[in-house]
Amino acid sequence: MELTTREFWALVHGLLLGGAFLLAFSGGLAGFYSLRPEYVTPAGIHERVRRLTIGTTTMAVLVWLTVVSGTWIVYPWYREDVPDSPRSQLLANPDTEDWHTFAFEWKEHVAWLAPMLATATAFIVLYYRDDLIKNQTARRIAIALFVGAFGVAVIAGVLGALVTKKAPIT
Amino acid sequence: MATPEATDTSGTKPNGPVAAVLLATGIGGVVLAALTIWAEASTGFKDSLAYDLEVGPLSGKTIWGTAAFFGSWAILGLALRRREVDLKKVGVVAAVLVGLALVGTFSLFFELFTEE
Repeated sequence: MELTTREFWALVHGLLLGGAFLLAFSGGLAGFYSLRPEYVTPAGIHERVRRLTIGTTTMAVLVWLTVVSGTWIVYPWYREDVPDSPRSQLLANPDTEDWHTFAFEWKEHVAWLAPMLATATAFIVLYYRDDLIKNQTARRIAIALFVGAFGVAVIAGVLGALVTKKAPIT
Repeated sequence: MATPEATDTSGTKPNGPVAAVLLATGIGGVVLAALTIWAEASTGFKDSLAYDLEVGPLSGKTIWGTAAFFGSWAILGLALRRREVDLKKVGVVAAVLVGLALVGTFSLFFELFTEE
């Protein structure tokens, strides 16, 4: 029972980095949602914001690492110009070519929006820190960016998982 | 009567740097989308984006998209660092830009421009 180098990196990219980003989302959203003056005591604000700062910064780093590892390490194996590469296999069959032309082409481009959105989210939290609770417009914008980053990551992650199911990198 | 959400923002930092990162997100996304469409429309341009032969044209698209994000953030961040702006309006502009980026990176859309 062992993984090839390619399988290992596909696992790191999709499951460890991308999966961790997606799993952390609900905790971050709950933190943002409850960051309102009527919900948190002054003593609680600092602790809540500290968690949000660590969480959003970690998530931004995770999603950058996900797209960089996906594009620069895993993707070259996917698109190798040899008959048994996943891309070649999908394009060789009219029944599966949409998995590349629609799904993978969408995934490989849209995924890069997620780190920009996640970085902007983290910056807003880092910039305002405890004062974020006083800036409800900034807080709502941060939530929108955060949800946007998650939505984009879900599209990329689901399409990546489906394509991998049809033509895995081995 | 003030609602609980109408909190006092006096004494907090200027919101210019937040506007800068919002606009930079939109700009980075639009540059990525524009390069994706342009590369689809021109094989020559697509080939010129293949800075790394193994990654192919995606290498150039993502390098320039990322550079546009960080570059515009740095420039706008400097320009707006002490400014107070209407964050709602900036948010709408950024949302439109991100919307354009989402459309431009959607495969069924950018493949409409594929060179025959």
